[in-house]
Amino acid sequence: MYSYNDFDEAFVRARVAQFSQQVARRIDGSLTEDEFKPLRLMNGLYLQLHAYMLRVAIPYGTLNSRQMRQLAHIGRTWDKGYGHFTTRQNIQFNWPVLSDVPAILSALADVEMHAIQTSGNCVRNVTADHFAGAAADEIEDPRPYAELLRQWSTDHPEFQFLPRKFKIAITGSPNDRAVTKAHDIGLRMVRNGRGEPGFEVLVGGGLGRTPMIGQIVREFLPVADLLPYVEAILSVYNMLGRRDNKYKARIKITLHETGRDEIRRLVEERFAEIRPEFHGHDQALLDDIRAAFAPPAFRNAPVDAHTAAQVAPAYRAWADTNLTRHRNDQYAIVTVSLKAHGDTPGDATSDQMDVLADLARRFGHDELRISHEQNVILPHVHKSDLPEVYAALKAAGLATANVGLISDIIACPGMDYCALATARSIPVAQDIATRFDDLKLEHDIGPLKIKISGCINACGHHHVGHIGILGLDRAGVENYQITLGGDGTETAVIGERAGPGFAYDEIVPAIERLVLAYLDQREGPEETFLAAYRRLGLAPFKAALYPAEGAQDAA
Amino acid sequence: MSRKFSPKVVTANDLLVGDVVYFTAADQWTRNHTEAELIEDEAHAQIRLLDASAQRNVIVGAYLADARAGDHGPEPVHFREVFRTRGPSNYAMGKQVGERPGPRS
Repeated sequence: MYSYNDFDEAFVRARVAQFSQQVARRIDGSLTEDEFKPLRLMNGLYLQLHAYMLRVAIPYGTLNSRQMRQLAHIGRTWDKGYGHFTTRQNIQFNWPVLSDVPAILSALADVEMHAIQTSGNCVRNVTADHFAGAAADEIEDPRPYAELLRQWSTDHPEFQFLPRKFKIAITGSPNDRAVTKAHDIGLRMVRNGRGEPGFEVLVGGGLGRTPMIGQIVREFLPVADLLPYVEAILSVYNMLGRRDNKYKARIKITLHETGRDEIRRLVEERFAEIRPEFHGHDQALLDDIRAAFAPPAFRNAPVDAHTAAQVAPAYRAWADTNLTRHRNDQYAIVTVSLKAHGDTPGDATSDQMDVLADLARRFGHDELRISHEQNVILPHVHKSDLPEVYAALKAAGLATANVGLISDIIACPGMDYCALATARSIPVAQDIATRFDDLKLEHDIGPLKIKISGCINACGHHHVGHIGILGLDRAGVENYQITLGGDGTETAVIGERAGPGFAYDEIVPAIERLVLAYLDQREGPEETFLAAYRRLGLAPFKAALYPAEGAQDAA
Repeated sequence: MSRKFSPKVVTANDLLVGDVVYFTAADQWTRNHTEAELIEDEAHAQIRLLDASAQRNVIVGAYLADARAGDHGPEPVHFREVFRTRGPSNYAMGKQVGERPGPRS
């Protein structure tokens, strides 16, 4: 894993010192809120519905055990004993008090973490495939490139005041687990005709008010051109992006208004201009970073313990859903579900974080990942250790066998915490998970992604959920719209709105009718919800959602 | 004829703690919605909002929220304001258990 160099360390410490003074000046009255707000946001500190919220970046979702332990410590010492992992591979603390925030930032700096650029119109935390460096289908570990982008974009003077926030996602695998097509820039590693690795570059993806799938602006970008090319895209966006209208300010609108061919021309022109200024220092830096991401020293040992343990049905069920094939046959990627039925998606208590840190240290080559799906991953676990890992997870309430299933729901914080939200998301997720657990249908239903957002900004990725739920305020009442057929992978599609929304107490029964209709109409257990939707279209699902209307039409 | 003015309370977040607070008739801030001043007149509401906002080193983001008279004092009208009087629905945290932001004691 990458370690801070002297420059990183000095930069983060200097920022903590500055912000500590800014907080002191706000408290003693020398700064007004208008003066203080941009300063606190630069350091990830929001004021939400019930309290301040601190958003901490987990760069490309990678953590070591010491960092996870520190997050647990922060939750325990300055918050209410937990943290919330988000779809942006961040962690949010929901209850810090203002005067404690400098101490929290200092504690983060002690483990090479920070909350810089987790807000504001700048390049946000670069996100990556959570299976990076472990996935069997990977061309190359994308994290060295993500780290290079992190260093380049941090405090980059040209890109601190972009027209709007800017999100970059990167994957090294053809199977896209990083939703790259719904980011301002999506980088997908591919090979050219000579077998060399490079990037397919997508621009202008994004969810929110105007959901769009990213468009390819470069089919193959050599690895060595990454920084100048990304810089060229940002530079063009910085010039053309709409600063007059916040709803038209994202690069997806710039691309839409300007046209892909013209954007591509401008980017290539700018790229030709700045490429000669890159004399290879970035590539030397990249080599150092690559060395830091060298694969761990994998163990060679029998895997019989795992095979033997599978006679126990609970272990078998967990292994079936929560393990993914590792590039090393003796290893497995363990996804730890933070979606226990009825619990809050993405929340982990400080005690659970300590358990995860401990497991990573003892059995996981000291690595952890946070997925955009709000789960925690132990990317490198030797199969012989899996029974022990499972037992420890079970004891900590972390062994729910539901990864990729109907209760593995993404939910934004919604109106339980977020000041922007128009409705709650968390209790809807809790109720859906509990309902399908009661029905004992979860494993029969199979792979199904439900994603819930509590407002149009779509932090819960509802547009790319197989079933998406959007919470709105309709005349002072919570109302939930359903979208169907969304897909966040390499075959990304924006879901289609099914029809009028449902009241809070109607949404779970509506989802139940929808899923029962799927079970009724699928060709067999091998046909997933998404596949059935693609075959059948909206009509049968709409009929299930709105039975009364169907009856009226028939009458 | 103009629309009838719906009564309001002034609400904000506490600067130091972030907690939801309400403005009382005595120019104090309370954690309890029922202790807020219920403002029945539009012009008075604007003045009270100015009074409240002037306490800029005590609170952040004062605004007028719809409210109505209840048996024990003003009650919130909109569901968002109802949530603000008690805290999140997923945990017993916040005002609903008499708790403030910061670590649990």
